Amino acid sequence: MVTAERTRHERTPVEQRLWELAGAVPDPELPMVTLGDLGILRDLRMFGPGEVRVEITPTYTGCPAVEAMSSDIEDVLHAEGLPDVTVRTVLAPAWSTDDITAEGRRKLAESGIAPPRPQPADGPIPLTLAVRCPHCGSLETELLSRFSSTACKALRRCVSCREPFDHFKEL
Amino acid sequence: MDTGAALALGDDALVLSHRLAEWAGHAPVLEEEVALANIALDLLGQARILLSMAGDEDELAYLREERAFRNLQLVEQPNGDFAHTIARQLLFSTYQRFLYEALAGDPVFGPLAVKAVKEVAYHQDHAEQWTLRLGDGTEESQGRMQRGLDALWRFTGEMFRPVEGLALNWQKLEERWLASVTAVIERATLRVPGGPRTGAWAAGAGREGLHTESFGRMLAEMQHLHRSHPGASW
Repeated sequence: MVTAERTRHERTPVEQRLWELAGAVPDPELPMVTLGDLGILRDLRMFGPGEVRVEITPTYTGCPAVEAMSSDIEDVLHAEGLPDVTVRTVLAPAWSTDDITAEGRRKLAESGIAPPRPQPADGPIPLTLAVRCPHCGSLETELLSRFSSTACKALRRCVSCREPFDHFKEL
Repeated sequence: MDTGAALALGDDALVLSHRLAEWAGHAPVLEEEVALANIALDLLGQARILLSMAGDEDELAYLREERAFRNLQLVEQPNGDFAHTIARQLLFSTYQRFLYEALAGDPVFGPLAVKAVKEVAYHQDHAEQWTLRLGDGTEESQGRMQRGLDALWRFTGEMFRPVEGLALNWQKLEERWLASVTAVIERATLRVPGGPRTGAWAAGAGREGLHTESFGRMLAEMQHLHRSHPGASW
């Protein structure tokens, strides 16, 4: 894994179409959102006919879904008639939950996962700040564990409706 | 590039990841089962990136002998009871967080450090919350937490021995670490251990490939499958 060498470039119409195709690939662990929604697609460019290079960034360094994401992107672009697809993983700039789009947040909430709050300037958010229950909308929720079913989530419970729920924790 | 620093940091992450994964199926409550496995996964992700800077990640993880590992002796210490594991987490995650913060501008390790420090902040928070809860808990939990800290204290001096290839102010790192850990221990109504933070026999030992007795058994378990079935995949 290496740092992105170049700044983002102006995409050609073909690149833009491929970018949208790659961005529409669902996340392997959270299939209600796409890679585009999560903001993990970093770059896509053509290097001649049939050759395309894509850069993605992991949400967490240990995210086990990265390999599945890469091969899903390859499959989609192969199906589009591109024989030579390379997907690279880049670390910098580090992914943040602020990279999740408004559409992505809406889909998470709709599926019962409380979306992340915006990041403060320094450090993690104090975990006592209110997180809205995705089931009943109450702001009275409590932390059960900082860690949950995937690396990117924390486990909370709603004090009002008593339902436990996942919270996409701020990173 | 000199691979020594990548091995040192990568081995710390790999070995602690394996130790934490040993809790799978044994943690006191389900939430902690999930928490410890998640922390182990974050560390494994860091280890894969760091070891890949030094060579082939699988060969380095599964085919090196004990003496070739460069991890701190602290991270190889057996899990003990839950409080013992939390003590190890507190001492190490505080160190790793400050270390990664200090490496943010490093041309080689910066990209990983900036990314991983955000994950480690959660590890440190987890360890601090448990230290407070166990220390300021029952007589039993306080006793266990104190024994964990006392037992591991002598492995903490090694963390601040300079690692070749990392341009850091190690003394400043140590001061910061000690202040942070002391504050948490005192808030938890525990005692900062009185013993030395290193023994002459152990100074810098892990980084030089000298490990404690239990590490060999841990490696045997970690490497057994790969060595028994070379090249196997699924």
